[in-house]
Amino acid sequence: MNNRNDMTEREVVTQQPVATSQTTIRPSVDIFEDETGITVMADMPGVSKKGLDVQVDKETLTIDGRTEISTLEDMEVVHVGVRATRYQRSFSLSSELDADKTEATLKDGVLSLRIPKREQFQPRKIEIRTV
Amino acid sequence: MIARLHGFEGGLLNEFRRMEHEMDKLFSAGVWPNTIHSVAKDSYPPINIGTTSTQVDLYLFIAGVNPESLIISIHDSQLTVEGERLISKDTKVKYIRNERYDGAFHKVVNLPEDVDADKVEASYSNGVLHIVVQRREASKPRQITVQ
Repeated sequence: MNNRNDMTEREVVTQQPVATSQTTIRPSVDIFEDETGITVMADMPGVSKKGLDVQVDKETLTIDGRTEISTLEDMEVVHVGVRATRYQRSFSLSSELDADKTEATLKDGVLSLRIPKREQFQPRKIEIRTV
Repeated sequence: MIARLHGFEGGLLNEFRRMEHEMDKLFSAGVWPNTIHSVAKDSYPPINIGTTSTQVDLYLFIAGVNPESLIISIHDSQLTVEGERLISKDTKVKYIRNERYDGAFHKVVNLPEDVDADKVEASYSNGVLHIVVQRREASKPRQITVQ
């Protein structure tokens, strides 16, 4: 159709919204594109549905999640591999994508987002009529 | 439709801030007793470890695995977690980003010597494997008087 090699890849290095002093984790993501849209998979272990926030503002997709992990009060920390309690990452979306139709699911700490292409960018099958 | 799954407003936000503060305090404290060590840095999965006088808590951040496929074992106060996270890749799609860990992993942690290998519990929730190992009675602090 056209040579698009950019669906979402431009990552937005954001001016951190609110709560700036907090360090955040940049979740690892897989993003792939097929004929009808893109899929974003993000690792956010420790985040439940309650702590997750996915927003599309104009053409920026932001994922934001806070971990909820129960700990004991008198616990002494001996090793820290995950330092922050919040994941955050933003992507700018191509205008070919219909972000309003984004579907999100969260399972076992993996967020999956499906963003379809706008109808006019969907592949169209042309029926051949026999005369 | 506004693509917003969940919002934080007012009081709720404050509640999160408070929790976050506590979590930060817990997870970023700089105290490293020398009883637990040799956790290789930057290896998958990342792990947080905390102790109290009665137990050792381990949190492994492994999103998207089947907990039943994980093998957890303790031998001579050395705890091992083995498993694999296989991400099925469709060859027909075009990958734009490919960052998530894909493959087998093997994590070994040296626990304090007083742990009770028979008292281990593990649970998996929201992609975090939480392992609790009880410590033996004798290890509770006792005071020694100098004669």
